[in-house]
Amino acid sequence: MDLLPIVLVIAFFQTVVIRQPLPQMGEVLFGTLLIVLGLSLFIQGLEMGLFPIGEAMAQALARKGSLFWLLSFAFALGFSTTVAEPALIAVAAKAAEIAGDGGLIDSSPESLQQYAFGLRMSVAFSVGLAILIGVMRILRGWPIHYLIIGGYVLVMLMTIIAPKEIIGIAYDAGGVTTSTITVPLVAALGVGLASTIRGRSPLTDGFGLIAFASLLPMIFVMGYGLLIFK
Amino acid sequence: MEFIKEFSIILLATCRDVLPIVLLITVFQLVVLRQKIPNLPRLIVGGVYVILGLALFLAGLEKALFPLGKIMAAQLSDPVFLYGTNEAITHVDWTAYGWVYLFAAMIGFATTIAEPSLIAVAYKANEVSAGTISTWGLRITVAIGVAFGISLGTYRIVTGTPLYLYILVGYVVVIIQTIFAPKTIVALAYDSGGVTTSTVTVPLVAALGLGLASTVPGRNPALDGFGLIAFASLFPIIAVLGYAQLMEWKTKHTINANTGER
Repeated sequence: MDLLPIVLVIAFFQTVVIRQPLPQMGEVLFGTLLIVLGLSLFIQGLEMGLFPIGEAMAQALARKGSLFWLLSFAFALGFSTTVAEPALIAVAAKAAEIAGDGGLIDSSPESLQQYAFGLRMSVAFSVGLAILIGVMRILRGWPIHYLIIGGYVLVMLMTIIAPKEIIGIAYDAGGVTTSTITVPLVAALGVGLASTIRGRSPLTDGFGLIAFASLLPMIFVMGYGLLIFK
Repeated sequence: MEFIKEFSIILLATCRDVLPIVLLITVFQLVVLRQKIPNLPRLIVGGVYVILGLALFLAGLEKALFPLGKIMAAQLSDPVFLYGTNEAITHVDWTAYGWVYLFAAMIGFATTIAEPSLIAVAYKANEVSAGTISTWGLRITVAIGVAFGISLGTYRIVTGTPLYLYILVGYVVVIIQTIFAPKTIVALAYDSGGVTTSTVTVPLVAALGLGLASTVPGRNPALDGFGLIAFASLFPIIAVLGYAQLMEWKTKHTINANTGER
């Protein structure tokens, strides 16, 4: 059911537009079967494992009443899940290669590696900080749109002063940070917190953590570019 | 045998991704909260399901979807297919890329429907809103946003216009919509931008962008190849906000019509 649109799109383009037979039909069918099986297991596991533990932890930490531990949990969750994210590692390596070719940084392997590492660290740090700010927002009940609009204005200001070569990567960095395992956990954390604290609605206040996690990395990556390229 | 080897590698990689989360939860439960984890066996089974499911899903993607998507992206942006000749093309005619825009839109829609992160958030939103936000309604709205975003993003690569102009206009639209949209949906709409782009969408869309930027004459993959993901995370916000506004307007309209009849 979830995959039907993909199958239709590919079938349509292969038969009508490109008019070439599909390569390795058997392999493709087998792969599709795996995807369907994997997706249903994943959803089953979400409801049994990730959602309950995320909410239970959020509630336990809120009841404990220690702001310090709640915020450090939020930061650690964002930082630790992002620093090892494969999509981010791939994008950072690609970005280093491009910066090296463009003569923006020294193109020796060590300096490329250092640049990629710095990029990953700034993204991971910014995601940690984003979840922390998001949790603060839920606690204090700040309206989300002021924070997000403020973030947009910052992104635009940074775009004016940041080196041109980093802008595309910085904008994309916002999207690739939130992995498939982080998202359910972060959503459960937000909803769990918002339903424990009196006066907060899970719908208005519980969501929004992921939005911060896709906004802050843009600002930080451009900041990193400013720092490194000068 | 070959497949079992491949699958074990993916499974190990997935375990490595989950490891920081497991460590974090264990440390906080035992050191900070000092309590037993409730329902531990059920939790472990759930965790195993998540890891196994994700690994199977990724293995399937590697086998079926990624090779196909990459081949198709390359075929569609091939000058021979677009212009019917193999001669060097000196100026770019953006209208010749019609199939590319359509393919971008359709692949954006299709991959977003299958995106596990979005399914997770849609489940939560449905549960929290007591059913007023339907899982499929949210997923389809977000997918339409991604489809439009990626299609516009490929147009940008073909024409070579600067990325920040589009993003700036998008931000302005989001800000204006935020002022008028029902306040309950705003946080969820902002979130839906970030969740659309993960396991399924990123590799396919990145391949499309880089492929297109390297075949369109005059485009530099470094400068123009990136940015599709940014489009795919901006337009779902506009789509979800727009959908909420439409629903609110419709509800008001029916109420007005009903009171008018009396």
